[in-house]
Amino acid sequence: MKEIGINSIEELFADIPAEFRLKKRLGLPYPTPELEVRRHVKGILSKNRTSTNMPVFLGAGCWPHYIPAAVETILGRTEFLTSYTPYQPEASQGTLQALFEYQSMICELTTMEVANCSMYDWASALGEAVRMAARVTHRIEAIIPKTTHPERTATLQTYMKPIGVDLKPVDYNRETGQLNIEDLKEKISAKTAAVYIENPTYLGFLETQVKEIADETHDHNALFIVGVDPTSLGILQPPGEYGADIVVGEGQPLGNPMNFGGPLLGVFACRDDMRLIRQMPGRIVGLTQTLDAERKGFCMTLQTREQHIRREKATSNICTDEALTAVAAAAYLALLGPRGLKELGEVVISKAHYAMRLLARIEGVKTPVFDSPHFKEFTVNFDRTGKTVRDVHKQLLQHQIHGGKDLSREFPELGETALYCVTEMHSKADIDQLVDALEEILTEEES
Amino acid sequence: MFRQARWDEPIIFEMGNPGRRGHIVPQVEEEIKEAVGSVETILPSKLQRKNGLRLPELSEAEVVRHFTRLSQMNYCVDLGLYPLGSCTMKYNPKINELLAASASMTAIHPYQDERTAQGILEILYKLSRWLAEITGTHEVCLQPAAGAQGEFLGALMMRAYHEENDQLEERTELIVPDSAHGTNPASGSMAGFQIVVAPSNENGCIDLEALKTTVSNRTAGLMLTNPNTLGIFETEIEEIAGLVHDAGGLLYYDGANLNAILGKSRPGDMGFDIVHINIHKTFGTPHGGGGPGAGPIGVSEKLEKFLPVPRIASSHESYYLDYDKPRSVGKIRCFYGNAAVLLKAFAYIMSLGAEGLEEIAEIAVLNANYILKKLRKIAGLELPYGEGRQRKHECVFSVEKMRKECGVRALNVSKRILDYGLHAPTTYFPLIVDEALMIEPTESYEKEELDRFIGTMKRISHEAYNCPQTVLEAPQNAAITRLDETKASHPKTMRLSWRMHSKRTGSS
Repeated sequence: MKEIGINSIEELFADIPAEFRLKKRLGLPYPTPELEVRRHVKGILSKNRTSTNMPVFLGAGCWPHYIPAAVETILGRTEFLTSYTPYQPEASQGTLQALFEYQSMICELTTMEVANCSMYDWASALGEAVRMAARVTHRIEAIIPKTTHPERTATLQTYMKPIGVDLKPVDYNRETGQLNIEDLKEKISAKTAAVYIENPTYLGFLETQVKEIADETHDHNALFIVGVDPTSLGILQPPGEYGADIVVGEGQPLGNPMNFGGPLLGVFACRDDMRLIRQMPGRIVGLTQTLDAERKGFCMTLQTREQHIRREKATSNICTDEALTAVAAAAYLALLGPRGLKELGEVVISKAHYAMRLLARIEGVKTPVFDSPHFKEFTVNFDRTGKTVRDVHKQLLQHQIHGGKDLSREFPELGETALYCVTEMHSKADIDQLVDALEEILTEEES
Repeated sequence: MFRQARWDEPIIFEMGNPGRRGHIVPQVEEEIKEAVGSVETILPSKLQRKNGLRLPELSEAEVVRHFTRLSQMNYCVDLGLYPLGSCTMKYNPKINELLAASASMTAIHPYQDERTAQGILEILYKLSRWLAEITGTHEVCLQPAAGAQGEFLGALMMRAYHEENDQLEERTELIVPDSAHGTNPASGSMAGFQIVVAPSNENGCIDLEALKTTVSNRTAGLMLTNPNTLGIFETEIEEIAGLVHDAGGLLYYDGANLNAILGKSRPGDMGFDIVHINIHKTFGTPHGGGGPGAGPIGVSEKLEKFLPVPRIASSHESYYLDYDKPRSVGKIRCFYGNAAVLLKAFAYIMSLGAEGLEEIAEIAVLNANYILKKLRKIAGLELPYGEGRQRKHECVFSVEKMRKECGVRALNVSKRILDYGLHAPTTYFPLIVDEALMIEPTESYEKEELDRFIGTMKRISHEAYNCPQTVLEAPQNAAITRLDETKASHPKTMRLSWRMHSKRTGSS
């Protein structure tokens, strides 16, 4: 204060008009020592019942997967955690190279050539993807399956409303869940900017007509957008091989905890086509050289697309993204490698099918609802048990089990149906526990 | 002499050996295998991945060494001063990280029964009330993942408000000052508004006379940062708010600079209808090399009904998710927000309390004014705009004089700062200042660390006037020398992934 010539701190705030000066202290807690903060916050958190206490059979866009200890160690590096956006590349090569490697791994998984270094989540990535398609094609409609995750559909609607893009929902086959191609043919037109599908779908089954959908889309010069759960791509055909132009998805299961649904990791990738690349949202890291061409190095690239340069003409407003979750994904994929990711897919699909097989034996339970191949999630219908999903799940909680996602409000046409998820986290014993509990709950009532 | 680690670390795809692995996935139990058979029988052949997946094949130790070496080529808050203007790079208390890492936070699913998630719901609910108190707003929504998403949501709230009043068709213009953050015009335009720029006056504040001619019945709203990006408090805020409100527009507060007025003044009291908060700036959560952050918004009572669903509500000591909001703008993302980040902010506010938050503003402003006072004496540095006006949390210097006199630009100065083991200020922003260096020290650094920065600036000025080549060739001590950014962005030479690189060099 002496150096700057003031006698009281108050002088520094003298220019704030008196009527806008806060006359009282904020109504907040008193300053609290660390020990008490720790006890207090831990105390509140202990009211949560976690997946470590009891198995959770929930997925629906946020999945329980094992996080290798090495991922946590790498993310614990304070140089990754407490650094800023790499606007000064010379002092940020660590983050930049890690993000370049993340982008590269996403490209390998999806067989695309370009990926950005993260969006907020799958839903907002989808919103941005369809906006991008509308800019590229100068068209005003987009087609989405009725089986899309309702929260993603709702987010997409929010992102579309200001630009007036109309969403045309396409129906699904009630027996198989597969997209109704006839309905698609009816709705697609010269106004269609993009056709979107999810694979695996929100309802857990795999879309088997991907090639037909891609062809139909491209016949109308629209862009084909595919949404993915990247953990499936060790065993499933990658979207680039069946004609995707843009791939979006949720990267949370690649080494990031569920965290009550956030932070997540929006995956965003596209083909090597300047028409697309110039319209991409988000930060992209590129490989380059030093000016003296002595060494390789990394920097943020194509920044003229971004808000800090292009302002209102930017391809997106995104600034802060989910960089650290992308570093986690890069470390996770590096640890698992091609064999690990393939085996993960095999374990998940085997366990999910084991669970379906056992659950289907319970009187009145139908699973899966759709006669199609499934990955890690599947629908379980309770209509013929005379119980609602709500009741069943309430009782499952008493058996120390978190049941699946209740779909009865989102998809009333499916009746009392829930979406269950099984991953490598679920041991045979966990699955058997679920089956036994359901048997008890559902037969008990009848007797 | 400072030297940043300079590993000649290969790209991860160039490392390892076929067959090597860093993590073993649990195997399927024999009984399950017997029951369901092989994957080939479950999964139709045409759906299977046929071509091998080209991921690196490394041991766990190799992966850890690789990323540890990379990390060493990063500057970070825990290494020293990070004076990025508008970015509020403050210290990130370690207790918050520890709490966020506990299983009772990480291992909860967003769709698990509300009765089993009472802990996190309580934290989010209370945090939203605290943020409402801090910003002087009625209700706070925690969902936006970042400040820019908060801005987008704020602009959508404006749309919803004008739509309800049947004025959306006329109200097509969103006003942003010429000194605004790039996200402001980008967010407004994403929400479908035309952007109208309001000029600054010689004080670096909004030119009220010019604003009068800009505001009309086409105005949907005005986005403003206060203190503004020059660090100057917009003292005519009452007149500005009156002008916009009288014309039927709404006032939006960009919370990037909220740190400067914590506990001293509240945007809601100044007349702002919508306020966003950058949790990763003001409330001390780490930036993670670009994210995740969180960008909650607070709104006045008349806008509450438009907030996204679900709202976190409380009744009789229990907490629940309320989806029954028919006027809501809908969803802007999945689930409820970046909960793990928000938990850290909860612990941060609890630690500091009302008193501590006020002290933050005091020290942050004191630090900025100390730097300002010292840097003004340095040759080649000038302080444009607002002569005689106080600065709050940051100050913007121009090195235009240095550029004219010795050819050293803001870019060169910032690169030279890296050579001394400090981070550079924000450069070339705000756009109304030529050769701008925007400096925000925050409250987190002691006088000694500030003096180290000031001393560095003095040396660089001396070098610029005596041996400019040293400054022009900087950085030499960072992990790498200046990069060819043109090559990185040119369609012919760009390499945006290893796949693209292999394809273009024909090595795949």
